[in-house]
Formats: sequence, structure tokens, C-alpha cells
Amino acid sequence: MLELRDVHYGTGDKEILKGIDLVIGESRIQSIIGVNGTGKTTLAAIIMGLNGYRPHRGRIFFKGRDITDLSITERAKLGITLAWQIPASFEGITVKEYLSIKKNFTAPEKALKLVGLNPNLYLNRVVDENLSGGERKRIELASVFSVKPKLVILDEPDSGIDMASITAIKKVIKNFKKMGTSVLLITHSERMAKVGDTVSLLCDGKIVKEGNVKEVTEFFRKYCRECDHIGEIEEEILK
Amino acid sequence: MSIDYSKEFEMIAEVYKKTGGDEKALFDKKHGALIINENKVLGKNEIKGMRIEHQSLKNGVKVKIFVEEGIKIENPVHLCFGMLPKEGRQEIYSEFIIGKNAGVEFTAHCIFSNAKHIEHIMDSEVVIGENAEMSYTETHYHSESGGTFVYPKLRGEIKKGGRFFEEFKLTEGRAGTLNIDYEIDQDERSSCELLTKIYGKKDDRIEVRESLNLNGVYAAGTAKSRIVLTDNAFGNVLGEIKGNAAYTRGHVDCHEIVHGDGAKAVSTPKISVENSFARVTHEAAIGRISKKELETLMARGLREEEAVDFIVRGLLR
Ligand SMILES: Nc1ncnc2c1ncn2[C@@H]1O[C@H](COP(=O)(O)OP(=O)(O)O)[C@@H](O)[C@H]1O
Ligand SMILES: [Mg+2]
Repeated sequence: MLELRDVHYGTGDKEILKGIDLVIGESRIQSIIGVNGTGKTTLAAIIMGLNGYRPHRGRIFFKGRDITDLSITERAKLGITLAWQIPASFEGITVKEYLSIKKNFTAPEKALKLVGLNPNLYLNRVVDENLSGGERKRIELASVFSVKPKLVILDEPDSGIDMASITAIKKVIKNFKKMGTSVLLITHSERMAKVGDTVSLLCDGKIVKEGNVKEVTEFFRKYCRECDHIGEIEEEILK
Repeated sequence: MSIDYSKEFEMIAEVYKKTGGDEKALFDKKHGALIINENKVLGKNEIKGMRIEHQSLKNGVKVKIFVEEGIKIENPVHLCFGMLPKEGRQEIYSEFIIGKNAGVEFTAHCIFSNAKHIEHIMDSEVVIGENAEMSYTETHYHSESGGTFVYPKLRGEIKKGGRFFEEFKLTEGRAGTLNIDYEIDQDERSSCELLTKIYGKKDDRIEVRESLNLNGVYAAGTAKSRIVLTDNAFGNVLGEIKGNAAYTRGHVDCHEIVHGDGAKAVSTPKISVENSFARVTHEAAIGRISKKELETLMARGLREEEAVDFIVRGLLR
């Protein structure tokens, strides 16, 4: 459904993504794991087409169509959306309004239930700093449900929240799949990556290993968690 | 030329309704009300514990509203100041005297929806008695001409333990030339919250001064403003709080958004303390709409302009 072919991106003379090839099928959960600074958030921005994030080389395809030059809105209308690591806050906007941005999709009540929040307690809250980090992250996921995307990019859905919320969020990610939404699950946590059907390991702007969940996460634990291999990983460790 | 007042009243009520006001409240007996067009009082309803005195002037009306000691007015009191003609000048000199332990909520609508060149001077004095509470929300409806020249001025005194909540809102029609000047003196343990929300377009010029003098111990106040400026609009906000006594708490919170290359914003928080146990803080943000907020909404399928509207609507609510 989504395909990246040899995607390069950088700022100034610094190359951040160094030739990414990636394929995500329908109704799949694809994890991307990597330590801090490897380019995960940049990859999310490139796929969503955020301002300033156009590949310097390579193309992006969605459902067979080249979307490399499309705007954020156009990509969203094709069914791609993104949930940021730290969601934005919206002064004066209620959860209900936030979950009704697009009409005729999932109702706000239902979207909240899907992320384990009681609509009666949340619909009239304001989407600003009065929500805890965990609540805000869940509401972001509800917002994703509300537009019924074909593909959602989740950037570190487990960061900044408590353990109980993490369990809930794992369930939510599986719900996306059940409802026919593919997930690109970006994380630096091995446990979260395991929710994926397959895992790709990102290191220094390149995908250096991909496939079987167990294999890739074990490799990550062994070599990447306390990484000092940047640049030499391919030659020395990979076989 | 003679004018039929009942006709005028109906016209005001009509606009009032269109602009979201509860027009039935202008007629029923439960709600205190005062309806003014130009220099004429078209209607008035006094309720138990509240007295309204008024006097027509050449270009306006002098109004005194008294709420008796200990009286809690149950329903909001509706005030409507209109200028139905396209041109003219209206001067309103008002006094609000709120007795000890009283409580009252005013909902004011200022309607200049036909304005080509209208000047509106609003000079108010507010005295809130000991432990009394007053809320005053003022909503403006202006024409799209930009020919409104509006000068709301308020001087207030909040006595010991009194509370004042004031909101000024101008988000429908053009702000035109607007100069708000509010200054409140606060006695001990009083609290005050000023809130201003304005949407400036084209070549609107907006000046806001919100000033609080925290003179008594434990007095607390916030001066908050949300201004959105598009096209070539200009906004200048001065949020001023003086912590003059021990344990006073003050906060200036100003957020101005400029959207469009010609729009300009200035914000000056001016805070001072004269007592080492006072604490006054400020936060001011001027700038474009946050990229992240915009991109989040666009990632849900909104076009950029729709996303801007959505964000602005929340901010100015
Ligand atoms: N706008 C930017 N300008 C310059 N460097 C950037 C910018 N954004 C990210 N980087 C750098 O690119 C690298 C990858 O960042 P990022 O994609 O945020 O990594 P991750 O999400 O994996 O932690 C980091 O070294 C970061 O400092
Ligand atoms: Mg990141």
C-alpha cells in the first residue's frame, strides 16, 4: 500500500535519511525501531509530507500512486495520517469538536470508546494542557480513528505515558489493524515494536535489518540499545 | 421626523437574536434589561433588588445601575447598546454600583451592524462592594465596513473580598478602530479577571490596555487577551499589573496571532511589585499559528485555511 523507494533527505550538508526502502501492506502493523537520533521522526514527516520535508532523492508511492509531490492535505484525503510524539494542544477546542473535524466518519463517542476513554468524562474537556500526557495521547489516537485512515503513522505512541496507558495503547494499535488501517509504528522500545507484524531497524538514516519480529528486536537489544556502532554497523555486525 | 420606538425596539431585538442573543429575555419580566438605541432608552426592566436610572443626553445616555446589598440576582441582566443608523455618535456614561454581598451577571451586546461611520464612547465606572460579585460580558457586533470607532473605558474599584469577571469579545464584523482602556483598583482579598478577545481584519487598528492595581493584601488578578490579526490589521496590547501589597498575585497572559504578511502585533506586559511578598508574572506570545497545530489538522484532511479557521475559532471563543 505504501512504498518508499530510495528516499534521501537532509538539512544543510547533513544527510538524515540515507536511502530508505520500505513497503507496508494492507492491514499490517509495521514497526520501525531505532535509538534516538536515527531519523525516525524525520521519516514520519517525509511520509506525511510536512512542510520542509520533501525527499531530495527517491519517490513515495501510496496505492500505486506517486505522492512525493502531494501536500499534507492531499495525502490525508488519500487516507494517510500521523499522530505526533507530543500532540499539539488546541486552546478553546473541545474533545468533541476535535473529534468531529471531518464529518461522517467515526462518531466522537465511538472514537473515545475505541481508545478506552469514557465519552461522558471527556467530550466536553478542552484539548489543551489540562489533559495529562496519557489522556492527550489517547485522544490523539481517537482523532485518528475519527478519520478512518488507510494508514496511520504513530510516532512513539508509548512515550510520556504511564504503564497502564501503554497496555491500553497496544490494544488500540491492534484495533486499527482489525478495522483495516495499516500502522507504521515508530518506537525506540523493544516491547512496543513487538506489537508489529514485522519490524524494520533504523540506524543512522538507513534500514539495516528487517523482517521477523523476534530476530530484529533481539538484534536491537544486543547491538543498538547502547549503540556505539553508528557508521560501522553494516560492515562489522550485519551478516 | 418622528420615530416609532416600538419599531426600533423590534429592529434591535431582531439583530440581537441574529447575533446569538436571547431576544425573549428582552421582553420577559424575569430578566433585568436595558435597551438603548442612539440616545434613547427603548426598553427597561427593573427587577427586585436592582434599580436603573437613566437620562438621555444629546448624543447618548447616562445610566446608573444599582444592585442592593445582599441581593443575588438570579438571571443574567441583559444590556443592549445599539446604533442602528449608518452614521452617528453614541456616548454612554454608565455607573454600576454593586452593594455589599450582592451578586449579579450582566450580558451586554453592542450592535453597530449597519455602521458606515459610527463613534461609540463607553465610559463606565464600576464599584463592587465588599464580598460582592459581578460578571460582565460584552459582545460586539460590527459591520464589515471598518467604519466603527469604539472607545470602551472602564474604571473599577473592587472592595474587600469582592469579585469581578469581565469579558470583552469582538469577533463578528470588523473591529475598525478600537481602543480599550480598563483600569481596576483592588482591595484586600478581592479578585479580578479581565479577558479580551478580538479578531482584527483588513486595516483594523486595535489598542488594548488592561491594568490592575493590587492594592490590598491577598488581592489577585489576571489580565488575559487573545487577539488574532489578519491582512493589515494592527494590534497593540498593554497588560499592566502592580502588586502593591503583600501576598498579592497577578498574571498577565497575552497571546496575539498574526496571520498574513501585513498584520502587525505589539505586546507589552508591564508588571511591578512594591512588596516583597507580592508575586506578578506574565506570559506573552506573538506569532504565526503554530505549525504543529496546523499540520495536525491538515493531516486529518483539512485544507490550510480551514485549519486556520478552526484554530482561531477556539482561541477567540
Ligand atoms: N530540522 C532539523 N534540522 C537539523 N537537524 C535535524 C532536524 N530535524 C532532525 N534533525 C537531526 O536529524 C537526526 C534525526 O532526527 P529525528 O528524525 O528526530 O530522530 P529520531 O526521531 O529517531 O530520534 C538527528 O540527528 C537530529 O538532530
Ligand atoms: Mg523522534
